[in-house]
Amino acid sequence: MSSLEDLYREVILDHYRSPRNRGELPSPPARRVEGFNPLCGDEIVVYLEVRDDVLVDIKLTGHGCSISQSSSSLMSAAVKGKPVSQVREIIANFKQLMMGHEATLGSDEAPTTADLRAMGELAALQGVVKFPVRIKCATLAWNTLAQGLDESD
Amino acid sequence: MAPGEPVSSFDPRRVRADTPLLRRVINERPITYLDSAASSLPPRAVIEAMSRYYEMRHANVHRGVYQTANEATAIYEGAREAIARFINAPAGANEIVFTKNATEGFNLLAKSWGHKNLKAGDVVLVSEMEHHANIVPWFQLREVNGIEVRFIPVNDDFRLDLTDIESLMEGVKLVSLTAMSNVLGTINPIKDLAALAHRHGALIAVDAAQSVAHSPSDVTDLDVDFFIFSAHKMLGPTGLGVVWTREAILDQMPPFLGGGGMIADVRVDGYTPANGPSRFEAGTPPIAEAAGLGAAVLYLEGLGMANIVEHERNLTSDALSRLASEFDGRVRVIGPSDTHSRGGVISLDVEGVHPHDVAQVLDQFAVCVRPGHHCAKPLMRRFNLAATARASFGPYSLTRDTDVLIEALHHALTMFG
Ligand SMILES: Cc1ncc(COP(=O)(O)O)c(C=O)c1O
Repeated sequence: MSSLEDLYREVILDHYRSPRNRGELPSPPARRVEGFNPLCGDEIVVYLEVRDDVLVDIKLTGHGCSISQSSSSLMSAAVKGKPVSQVREIIANFKQLMMGHEATLGSDEAPTTADLRAMGELAALQGVVKFPVRIKCATLAWNTLAQGLDESD
Repeated sequence: MAPGEPVSSFDPRRVRADTPLLRRVINERPITYLDSAASSLPPRAVIEAMSRYYEMRHANVHRGVYQTANEATAIYEGAREAIARFINAPAGANEIVFTKNATEGFNLLAKSWGHKNLKAGDVVLVSEMEHHANIVPWFQLREVNGIEVRFIPVNDDFRLDLTDIESLMEGVKLVSLTAMSNVLGTINPIKDLAALAHRHGALIAVDAAQSVAHSPSDVTDLDVDFFIFSAHKMLGPTGLGVVWTREAILDQMPPFLGGGGMIADVRVDGYTPANGPSRFEAGTPPIAEAAGLGAAVLYLEGLGMANIVEHERNLTSDALSRLASEFDGRVRVIGPSDTHSRGGVISLDVEGVHPHDVAQVLDQFAVCVRPGHHCAKPLMRRFNLAATARASFGPYSLTRDTDVLIEALHHALTMFG
C-alpha cells in the first residue's frame, strides 16, 4: 500500500504552504515561460534570468496542487544561482527520479542512495513515483524551465 | 408496473448487493463510490446479460439467417425498444439511434442535422454550464459554415440566467442544453425552455447524460426534439450512447459515418443510404453493450425512477446540510444549496486544499471522487475555479458514504491546514 505520508512529506507540505521564489521578474530581460497541465488545469509561469551562462534569478507564479506547487518551489531553490550546465544536470537527475518506476524495466539505472543524497530536499518528491497520475504534476515546472532554457540558447 | 411508478420495496442496500464492484476493499477499507456522475456501476444483471450474449448468442446482427444470429439481432433491437419505452419515444424504436456515447451523439447532431440545416449567421444557443461535448461540436460546425454559438449565462446561484432569454433567442435555430449539470447538479427547466424554443421556431436538443439515471425521462411530455445520453451513466456498459429524435426529423437527416449497415444499396456509381436509425449506425454495432443496456433499463424500471429520485434527493439534502454545518465554511459547495431542482452531484471547493490533493487523500479512505474541470471549462472560468472535487450519488449510495466522505475531508483539512 502506498501511504499518503510517502507522497505528502513534511518538506513538500512546507514548500506548498510557504513557496520559495514566488513572484515575477521584469520581462525582458527575464524570460517568461508558461506551462499547462490540461488534464487538471494546473498552470505555471516561470521567469528566468540567464546572464553569462548562469541562471542568476528565477521566480514562479501560477496555481496547482500541492505536488506541482511544492515541486516548482523546490526546483527554484535548487537551481537559482547555478550555471546553466549544472541546472540542466539537475533537471536530468530529477526526471530520472520521476522515471523511477520505469527505470527498473528499461536500461536506465534507478537512482542510488548517493544520487538521492546529492539531490537534497528534492529527494522528498521521490514518493510521487508511487502515484503515477501525479508524476505530471511534479514535472510540470521542470519541463517549463527546460523549455525556457532551450529558448534562451 | 409502469416505469417511473414508486415502489415501496426500493432498498438501496439491495441495489448495493446487486453491484459486484461495491464489494471491493481498497486500502483495507470497503470502497465508497461517489463518482456515478462520471460513470455508474453496473449491477450483476447487466454484466450477466453481456456475458450471456458472448457465451450463448454471439453473432453479427442483421445479416445471418441462423439461430444465434437471429437471437443477437433480437437482443440488439430489443435494447432499442427498451430505450424507446424508457424515454417514452412517441414513434418507438424507429426513433432510437445507437452511437458510441453521448459525445458521439452530439457530433452526430452537429455534423448531420446541423450541417444540413444551419447556415452562416444561424444561432445555436447553449449555456455556460454545458459539458464540452455540447460545445466543441458547435465550434467545429462554426468553422465549417459560420454559425454563431451563443451562451446563456449562469447566475451566482448556479442556475441559468433567463432574464434576457427573449433577446438571446434572436436568430436561434437550435437550443442545446443540459438537463442536469455534471458539475453543479443544477436541473434546468427543460420543459419550459422547449416551449420557449418552439415559440421562436427553434428546435431543442437535450443533453440527458446526467439526468437520465436520476430523473424520469419522458421526451413526449418534455416536448423536446433531440435527447442524447450514454449507457454507462445509467448502470449500463461503456461504448454505447443514444440519440433520440422525432421520426420526421430523423428521416431528413443525412448519414453521418459511411460503410456497411447504413446503406440500402451500393453501386459502382454511388450509394443509397438506409432508412431509419440504421442510416446512422455504420459498421458492426456494440451488440454486447446493447444487451447490457437493455438489462440496465429493466433494472432501473424495476427500481422505479421515482424511487431513485427520492432516495438521491434525501442523500443530497443530508449531505448538503452536513457539509454546510461540519466545516465552519471551509468546505464550499459549488452548486445550489438546496435540493430544489437539483440532483446528487456535489462539487466541492476545500479551503487551502487543491482538488487533486482532496481526491488523493480521499483515495486513502477508498473514497472515489473526481477532481478536475469535469469537461466544463467555460463554467469553471465563470466561477474562477481551476477545478473542483466532485462527489456524486447513485441508487446504491447510502448515508454511510457521506459519513466516510466527511471523515476523509476532515483528514484532508487537517493534513493541509
Ligand atoms: C452533462 C454531460 N454531457 C455529456 C457527457 C459526455 O458523455 P460521454 O463521455 O459518455 O460521451 C457527460 C459525461 O461526462 C456529461 O456529464
